[in-house]
Amino acid sequence: MALNYFQPLFDVIRDKDRCIKCRACERQCANEVHHYDAELDKMISNSQTCVDCQRCVCICPTSALKITDNPNKFRNNSNWSQRVMTEVYKQAETGGVLLCAMGNPKEYPVYWDKILLNASQVTNPPIDPLREPMETRVFLGKKPRSVTFKEDGSIDTKITPTLELSTPIMFSAMSYGSISRNAHESLARAAAELGIYYNTGEGGLHKDFYKYGPNTIVQVASGRFGVFKDYLETGAAIEIKMGQGAKPGIGGHLPGAKILEDVSKTRMIPMGTDAISPAPHHDIYSIEDLRQLVFSLKEATEYKKPIIVKIAAVHNVAAIASGIARSGADIIAIDGYRGGTGAAPTRIRDNVGIPIELALASVDQRLRDEGIRNEVSVVVAGSVRSSSDVVKAIALGADACYIGTAALLALGCHLCRSCQTGKCNWGIATQRPDLVKRLNPNIGYHRLVNLVHAWDHEIKEMIGGMGINSIEALRGNRLMLRGIGLNEKELEILGIRHAGQ
Amino acid sequence: MKKVYVNEEWCLACHLCEYYCAAANSGAENMIKAFANGKKPISAIQVEESDSINFAVQCRHCPVPLCVKSCITGALSVKDGVVSCDESRCVGCYTCVLACPYGCIVTSEQSKVIRKCDLCTKNNNGDPVCVKGCPNRAIVFEER
Ligand code: SF4
Ligand code: SF4
Repeated sequence: MALNYFQPLFDVIRDKDRCIKCRACERQCANEVHHYDAELDKMISNSQTCVDCQRCVCICPTSALKITDNPNKFRNNSNWSQRVMTEVYKQAETGGVLLCAMGNPKEYPVYWDKILLNASQVTNPPIDPLREPMETRVFLGKKPRSVTFKEDGSIDTKITPTLELSTPIMFSAMSYGSISRNAHESLARAAAELGIYYNTGEGGLHKDFYKYGPNTIVQVASGRFGVFKDYLETGAAIEIKMGQGAKPGIGGHLPGAKILEDVSKTRMIPMGTDAISPAPHHDIYSIEDLRQLVFSLKEATEYKKPIIVKIAAVHNVAAIASGIARSGADIIAIDGYRGGTGAAPTRIRDNVGIPIELALASVDQRLRDEGIRNEVSVVVAGSVRSSSDVVKAIALGADACYIGTAALLALGCHLCRSCQTGKCNWGIATQRPDLVKRLNPNIGYHRLVNLVHAWDHEIKEMIGGMGINSIEALRGNRLMLRGIGLNEKELEILGIRHAGQ
Repeated sequence: MKKVYVNEEWCLACHLCEYYCAAANSGAENMIKAFANGKKPISAIQVEESDSINFAVQCRHCPVPLCVKSCITGALSVKDGVVSCDESRCVGCYTCVLACPYGCIVTSEQSKVIRKCDLCTKNNNGDPVCVKGCPNRAIVFEER
């Protein structure tokens, strides 16, 4: 193009004193930023296509590379920022909807960071998790209102199916197709080793992964891709996906180019065809319709598996959750507006939905007020970034958390947010065989196991510090939380006091 | 005995093993110095590449090494299962290059003598540097 409106976002800086011209960066950048010029005997880079994935930086054996923001700036303007202007240029050129990936990066408040945890001092002693037993195991599903016993003392109460988690963390739904086979395998193996669950997303389940069935949550989404009897029976639980935090109110679209042989078999659609998930489930227009699907799935699996209903956190989330609790679902998963995605329209991702912290607090309160909190477990997702976020979520009322982005970070993701291009340099969000192989699942699953073990240990330390020795005793214990820098309304919604109170 | 093996399924053809090997056995203090001023130290491990498959190749340390048998000066020898070359005795006749069925003996224009893998027993790096430097654990050092 003769006139280029776009300035590169990043600047690739190579320290010529350190570079040994090994060309590893050239070989590892799928965006073809680096190349070796034999005539000049020099490594040259073209920053224009760099997405700041940091792959080259991590692989360079002499630490010769740095990626920085391009110092070139449009004229300062607080209203028309460079990002806003660039988006206008892009749309003027392409005429298309802006696409993006991963979670909402905009500067909205992160409520997790405005909540502080309590610790015991004199009157009730803290507990040392290394010396005393500490329970992080949780069960997801309906909890009986009361327990009755038979004459011989055995339990009479019928327990509906539940999921047992060794720690209150699960891997979020990420479909095979949006992520690579090796990423999928890493998640599945890690879930099996950890005694937790991963989630197939809406892409069906590859036959090679059926063996991880006991640790798999199978998803039924609006496109119904890959859903059939064996699929439903293989999973430990079935999740009906009504919405996703990154793109509430819209469906999904996996381009035909990504539907290669394996993905096509798994999704049960012809090779090369676009996989389009409609915005609504065409058979669900009310809670009654949802109830029908919940019970169809229960019927199909002989009432042996808990049913999860996943929704995006939107304005009236509490009322929706109340409806779901009455629909017969066993677990509600709520995905906040910072939730990740493999591809979403930028405007939707950045402007639709509400923070998970507020959604969780209001859902938990509403279900308690209506006396149906025991009818469902509540799982939250949408940017749970650390063990302290998990602890805060549980104290706000969650039963467990889904982690998606954090899990991908463990696999190498550097949040360059270019998943939609299919050229993930870390072998995660791609189907290109040469890139997929960069993620060795033997390494990947181990890193995921490490991450969750580390979080589990930190959770024990934090709750031990509060003098609590089980997750069950922390759940909904909002007295363990204090707000900082929050206004009255925010404190009221979160149901917590301000620090110092 | 522990040897270096390559799982071609995970080899990315990044060629980093070659650079780690060359630098570690160059005598230089670090990689930057090893390659400074246009120096090109040679690696004993070499990555073979094609469109669909890549793998790094280095000495198999055969139980009955043909290279050792073929060596006319006795420069090649086996010690504790490791086939290595006494470079002061190599005359550069390249008979071993012909004899090695795996093509694992490396020659270069920089030096008359051959270069081969000695499992990093002659430098102070402990386990072989190609194994330690592989970003995708394609190269492993293990008992098989
Ligand atoms: S990876 Fe590092 S040392 Fe190798 S060519 Fe690139 S910048 Fe130079
Ligand atoms: S796209 Fe990634 S690998 Fe390529 S130059 Fe940029 S940071 Fe490096």
